[in-house]
Amino acid sequence: MNAMIWQVLQIILVVALAPLITGYVRWVKARLNGRRGPSPIQPYRDLYRLLQKEAIVAHSASWIFRAAPYVTFASVWLAACIVPTFTTNMVLAPAADLIALVALLAVGRFWTALAGMDVGTAFGGLGASREMLIASLAEPAMLMVTFSLSLISGTTAPGQIVAFVLAGNVGVEVSLGLALAALVMVAIAENGRIPIDNPATHLELTMVHEAMVLEYSGRHLAMIEAASMVRLTLFIALIATLFAPWGIAQPGAGPLGVLVGMGAFLAKTFLLASALAVFETSIAKMRVFRYADFLGGALLLGLLATIFLYVSEAV
Amino acid sequence: MLIAGALLSLPLLALFAVLVGRRDAAHSITYAGCFVASIALLAGGLTYLGGHDASPRLVLPLGLPWLKAHFRIDNLSALFMLMINLGAAAASAFAVGYSQHLPQRRRVTPFFPLFLLAMNLVLMADDAFIFLVSWEFMSLASWLMVVSDHTEEENRKAGNVYLIMAAFGTFCLLPAFGLMAGPGGDFTFDAMRIKDLGLMGGFLVALLAIMGAGSKAGLVPLHAWLPLAHPAAPSHVSALMSGVMTKVALYGMIRILLDLHGTLSWHWGAGLMLVGGITAVMGVLYAVLQDDLKTLLAYSTVENIGVAVIGLGLAIAFKGDGQTELAALALVASLYHMANHSVFKTLLFLGAGAVISATGHRSLTVLGGLLKRMPWTGTAFLVGAAAISALPPLNGFVSEWLILQSLFKGPAMPHWAMKFGVPVVGAFLALAAALAATCFVRAYGIAFLGRPRSTDAAQATEVSFGMRWSMVVLAVLCVVLGVIPVTVTDALSHAVQPLTGVQFAVSADLGWPWLSPVSATRGAYSGTILVMFGLALFAIAIFTVHRLGTQAIRRADPWDCGHPEDIPQTQYTSQSFAQPLRRAFGHTIFQARETVVMPEPGDDAPATHKVTMFDPIWSGLYAPLGRVIGWIADHVNRLQYLTVRGYLLMMFLTLVFMLLVVAVRQQL
Amino acid sequence: MNQQFSYDIAHLIGATVLMAGFSLLYQRRLFAVLNSFAFQALALAAAAAWQAHVQDAPHLYFTAAIALLFKAIAVPFALHWLVERLGIHRAVETALSIGWTMIVGVALVALSIMLVLPVTAAAAALTRESLALAMSVVLLGMLMMITRRNAVTQVVGFMALENGLILAAVSAKGMPLVVEISIAFSVLVAMTLFGIFFFRIRERFDSLDVAYLESYRGDRS
Repeated sequence: MNAMIWQVLQIILVVALAPLITGYVRWVKARLNGRRGPSPIQPYRDLYRLLQKEAIVAHSASWIFRAAPYVTFASVWLAACIVPTFTTNMVLAPAADLIALVALLAVGRFWTALAGMDVGTAFGGLGASREMLIASLAEPAMLMVTFSLSLISGTTAPGQIVAFVLAGNVGVEVSLGLALAALVMVAIAENGRIPIDNPATHLELTMVHEAMVLEYSGRHLAMIEAASMVRLTLFIALIATLFAPWGIAQPGAGPLGVLVGMGAFLAKTFLLASALAVFETSIAKMRVFRYADFLGGALLLGLLATIFLYVSEAV
Repeated sequence: MLIAGALLSLPLLALFAVLVGRRDAAHSITYAGCFVASIALLAGGLTYLGGHDASPRLVLPLGLPWLKAHFRIDNLSALFMLMINLGAAAASAFAVGYSQHLPQRRRVTPFFPLFLLAMNLVLMADDAFIFLVSWEFMSLASWLMVVSDHTEEENRKAGNVYLIMAAFGTFCLLPAFGLMAGPGGDFTFDAMRIKDLGLMGGFLVALLAIMGAGSKAGLVPLHAWLPLAHPAAPSHVSALMSGVMTKVALYGMIRILLDLHGTLSWHWGAGLMLVGGITAVMGVLYAVLQDDLKTLLAYSTVENIGVAVIGLGLAIAFKGDGQTELAALALVASLYHMANHSVFKTLLFLGAGAVISATGHRSLTVLGGLLKRMPWTGTAFLVGAAAISALPPLNGFVSEWLILQSLFKGPAMPHWAMKFGVPVVGAFLALAAALAATCFVRAYGIAFLGRPRSTDAAQATEVSFGMRWSMVVLAVLCVVLGVIPVTVTDALSHAVQPLTGVQFAVSADLGWPWLSPVSATRGAYSGTILVMFGLALFAIAIFTVHRLGTQAIRRADPWDCGHPEDIPQTQYTSQSFAQPLRRAFGHTIFQARETVVMPEPGDDAPATHKVTMFDPIWSGLYAPLGRVIGWIADHVNRLQYLTVRGYLLMMFLTLVFMLLVVAVRQQL
Repeated sequence: MNQQFSYDIAHLIGATVLMAGFSLLYQRRLFAVLNSFAFQALALAAAAAWQAHVQDAPHLYFTAAIALLFKAIAVPFALHWLVERLGIHRAVETALSIGWTMIVGVALVALSIMLVLPVTAAAAALTRESLALAMSVVLLGMLMMITRRNAVTQVVGFMALENGLILAAVSAKGMPLVVEISIAFSVLVAMTLFGIFFFRIRERFDSLDVAYLESYRGDRS
């Protein structure tokens, strides 16, 4: 019963918190650039404004274009519900593990890429092809990170990994450091952050994610934006949970434990969001043809993380 | 007996097609008959799968007089019969309408029932003779259909390569069976099962079996015939060759390596895993750069066979190490992938057939916007594309998940080659899966979405009832196999049990909706629950949006930076989509180079963009081999033109040589 | 603090040295290569300092200081000056594409790990992991020398190789200072020689691509 309550709370939390996190990152970046920046709650207002607007659909678009925003949002939302944030005691925990998480994100990406190609313009194809290039390397890198974690903890379920780490079975491992580096690189790529993609760009030829969703407007655009925000929250939560799980409430913890978990989660989230803002401000976007090197590096880091486990006898 | 009746009806249908072939209706009737026969065989397979201790056997006084013909349906055969006949039924139903679009149908229809017959006989064979005869029959029947459109040069070349590779396959399998039968010459499978092969014999049999069955399945580097032959055949035949015949080849591999051989060490498993990994990555790399829809699908088959062989290799490695539980898991994962592939690859090829019959084209460069013109085909193809890209909650994801879970258990083995090999193969598998999604986003997006790139595509119409429904049923099956994985794994574990000695319970810990191999804490997946939650969230999202916001929608022109061009050529082409991938992956492996020639301002010559690539496996292996064989053939040909004295000299020399051998042996 | 924790930190710093080695292979700009090398030397200094603390061997602080002053500051500055003075092309010319270089690098790391596995864990002088890390850094340095055309990048590769040797030396218990001094002097000599050769090569060929040297081998036309 508790598991159901926490699951519902998680479902609401990820969606409610996501725009705030995105707004906060933008605010910190603006401050670091010497600007005042929009208020951190501006994304909520943006989403509401978009929902009130009429959706414009091209003549050549099919039902995929209209369905894709909802499917993308639902799949990213579902994925975010699986990542333990303040507690691991959730109903969905036995239904999906990290591999399913990666695949659910792939569902969202599949539909968005198809929607980009649906209208039959050059930009949609541009965005879709670049996005799929990034995905074809980022997804294996994330699976290799999962592999390393599963070798260390003996499981692919995030809740079980947290339990393993909190039980004190893991020391300071080189492999964990490498896996963390790989996951951060993947997170940057998946969320379309600098240096892979500039989320605030207006130049179509530099776009990856934005080019795919160039045609969207109104409530469809609101759904796509919301999906991006939830995806960012998902990855921040994932990094915090897998590599710094202290504070998360385990099954059997009372309301106080859950409150502590919530506090820890919020603290970690805002810390990581600040780090992201600082990182984005200090580095430039890379050329499209260097994506393969960057993400290939992430994949090789993941592979190294797995191989290093053998020498440190953690396997 | 249902099965016997169905099998006997197939040659009769072939005869019927030959005699009455001139009439159009005869072809539809033949295919309808094949459909009924396939359903009957399917039902037969279903009754024999499932915990039966005694498998039905039959010995007929056919074939070699001292051997007779042995037939047996055990759990493994029954499982594969299910897979094969499902695909066959779908393809037959499709062909009822599709055959009307084939100009060369009189050369195709008679061989189709024979092809089905041969494949089923391979599965039911219980001795080497029937196995090999049926195997050859299968190759020949499909070859005849591959070269049915012999007016095209590329089809003739495809037929030649196919015939040579099929002969090579049998050439490997014959000595394998011979070695297993031994000097006593007992070719029944029962005798082979208990015979001890010894070190050398065991090695040779395993190698030959992998080469022989692997070439038929499409393992790199023996795959080269697949992307030539599968597109050359008519689409319903391609569907069967890709989706079903490759599974028969893998059945042969499983039968020999896991059942008849019995003493395989883990080294073979490791080697097979590596070959599977390389096959998967190479297959999908080729696929992602293809323009021809059917060649793309053929290369994608190579990739999926690689994935299934990874699972098979893992199973052999685990079994050779004595870890039968894990071997059962890996084998179930591999079989699940084979079943899934036979469903969605058949679906995709039938979809390609529908596209070809509606537009007359196979090349992605002239398709586009077909979803609006052919909604049923488009939606079914979408389900197939999503399934092959391993997206939950469809079936492709479940088999991918199971194989990954068994891979993650790989380092439990003490051998260092496995410990290092498993992460590398895992990286290959993950890369192949991600690239497959890319490949099918490209194929589907270019062919079905966007604006039509030619008038043929703009005027396409939806296909007929039978063609539509065969695809829809397969699409529904993709969903079902993904949402009730535990039922499927329970069925598969019946087949796995005699091979590994373990009754594999995949959801022992958590109960029915959850797939939790090994244990609940290890990692679990539930397609049913994810679908339920996913649909709930989807509904909540739509409901909330429509409550909070407006439902207004307006149709307008697409945004094109202020330059509204109505020319469909401004949209992305298939090669444009592939360009980043070509640059990232193709630069070294395929030597992909682009040259752009821009004329000077004022010069009105056209600008040209040229892409050159080369096929490393064909240029590196097949072409030199072909040249060497040609050279040898030319020189040996001189023996045809000797004088009488020359022939006498040869006979004399042979005689002297043999006498010398006898003399030397006497001395030793 | 317990021994396992100190080993873990040592391994973490060693892994940073290795990652810097990979970063050397990843860069396409010459100045970025020099920065990565400086970072690697910095990490090496940290490793030496940590080992000095853990092993209670004060002479290792000297090693750390040498690594810091010499390799993290002096050498990168000198090479930076050389690059500007000679007007060398700022892009890194590779004989093997960056992607494949990284894949070979990972394979070399796997090779090092396979080699050290027969050694028993937590052996007296040197742990397995430190040896694997050090050997990997050495091999990566060698890889860099092989796969880069420009002489400056080859010098950096040589220095990176040397970093690996020092890493192995500091990780082993009881390595006397004389080894550091001899290594440091040999590095100095190598640097001087390379510097001289740079000027001579550049004079002769107007370029530092070592392929030009090939044509002067004598017995080939």
